[in-house]
Amino acid sequence: MEIIERSAAQIAREVNARTLSACDVTDAVLAHVEAVEGDVGSYVSVLHDQARAAAARVDERVKNGETLPLAGVPLAVKDNMCLVGTRTTAGSKILENWHAPYTATAVQRLLDAGCVPIGKANMDEFAMGSSCENSALGVTKNPYDLSRVPGGSSGGSAAAVAAFEAAIGMGSDTGGSIREPAAFCNLVGFKPTYGRISRYGLIAFASSLDQIGPLTRTVEDAALAYDAMAGKDPMDATSIDRAIEPTATTLRTDLTGVKIGIVKQFDTRELGDDIDHLYDKAYHDLQALGAELVDIELPTADYGLATYYLIAPAECSSNLARFDGVRYGMRVEGADVHEMYEKTRAAGFGPEVKRRILIGTYALSSGYYDAYYVRAQKARTLIARDFEAAFAQCDLIACPAASSPAFQFNAKSDPYSMYLMDYYTIPMSLAGLPALSVPCGWVTPAGGSSPMPMGLQLTAPLFKERELLSAAHAYENMTKHASAYRPSLERTPGGR
Amino acid sequence: MSSEKIDVRYVAKLARLALTDDEVARFGAQLGDLLEHVNALAKLDVSQVDATAQVVESRNVERDDIVRPSLDRETVLNEAPQRQGGFFRVPRIIAE
Repeated sequence: MEIIERSAAQIAREVNARTLSACDVTDAVLAHVEAVEGDVGSYVSVLHDQARAAAARVDERVKNGETLPLAGVPLAVKDNMCLVGTRTTAGSKILENWHAPYTATAVQRLLDAGCVPIGKANMDEFAMGSSCENSALGVTKNPYDLSRVPGGSSGGSAAAVAAFEAAIGMGSDTGGSIREPAAFCNLVGFKPTYGRISRYGLIAFASSLDQIGPLTRTVEDAALAYDAMAGKDPMDATSIDRAIEPTATTLRTDLTGVKIGIVKQFDTRELGDDIDHLYDKAYHDLQALGAELVDIELPTADYGLATYYLIAPAECSSNLARFDGVRYGMRVEGADVHEMYEKTRAAGFGPEVKRRILIGTYALSSGYYDAYYVRAQKARTLIARDFEAAFAQCDLIACPAASSPAFQFNAKSDPYSMYLMDYYTIPMSLAGLPALSVPCGWVTPAGGSSPMPMGLQLTAPLFKERELLSAAHAYENMTKHASAYRPSLERTPGGR
Repeated sequence: MSSEKIDVRYVAKLARLALTDDEVARFGAQLGDLLEHVNALAKLDVSQVDATAQVVESRNVERDDIVRPSLDRETVLNEAPQRQGGFFRVPRIIAE
């Protein structure tokens, strides 16, 4: 297998064994990026110099006898995560020329584990969106069909990993921003329990929901990335102080004794025959692996979207107040300080960010706070309780990650139709649960020419990352859906 | 819950966001649509339910107050739109 297509686990094994150097891996990936970026557009910035320097350091450490869990693994960093000295835009004009003065903890932990930062990946502005179309910095396309979106908000990271421009992509997930692009790009996308991975250095969107996690081509790679990133960080008071059980070493190949809940409220017949059959098959495959399927109910899950579109914008309106033209980013001068704030924010933020700031400000404003924000927080309690009750009957929950495969550009011009893309992923985010998407088959969309991937979402109780990744691994190992098709990229010999 | 029309200009003022007339019209309609959807929450009985601000067990987190290096002042100030010496420079805030 060509170097660029190897998994993170394979690359690390070979670099540690010194049968392959991190420098050679990096050169191969950078050449490939050069060849395909014009089509795909995964990256906002490609870090040629930093990547080569990091690779040389990895080779040096390995030569000195160290074994690094992710030695030489090419990494795509979502552009809302700080990497010292690099431009960090969060997909926004307001930060277009801002350079991070420090490195995010999760990024640092992956670099310490041997990863090589290839570039900063495109994203929906401030992680608000489900298609990457809300980026102010450029267009990212789906490597499996360039007329379709890669998903979002972590669309650049997803496209980079799918197009072999990295082996691990870092994503952030507030309502589905890792799982939906993973489903759209034939990847594993994993959001751990809220608090498992430090957000220090992640540009905040909605702090009670934001989580960092990996996008990878295999479950094992997701486990390796999680093992490297997870754990308490004194710089993030919301990171959880609990022992981390390594997950990569305990991946199973069967599901004997595992009870998997199928959600009655999520009726896949509404998604069309092809998709219905696909999920039916996926649930049967879980059974064939030894799992027992049980019907469960999540009576409040249908209120997830309404709950989320009050809580997340409310928190965003507060978090994004810091972009005022004073300490970082762009400034537009005004007659006085207030006019400077208003003009700066008007010029710096795109339409989706403005919409969310407005809805959040409204929901928090005097007279509406109890009716909207507090009521949504109470609904959130009910949604979390639904999951608690469900997990009394099962160990994991299986459902779709998204209601359709990747759609075409400009297909969701009405904001609410875009919000609906997160229907299946939002309830888990509100409950803080670990959840992932794993490839579960292909459908050819109406009017489309190539088969597009779909994702199976698995959800576990709080802190059960090990069981979750283990089950996903068993499913992936038996079904091997991801390898059925290859990305449709013109590849020049120089890129090999 | 209220279904009254949002005063977009007032909310934009609270959010320190200048809007064009076109944006006021467009966002007003879109926010109205969204509010219709979120008004579905009115159907939920939440009278006996506590609000959740954060799901995972978390208490006040304290740490020892230890002096340690922080960000380099020059590096930070160099990313500011306008600086003067060791300060961020802003338009006059207090009237003469």
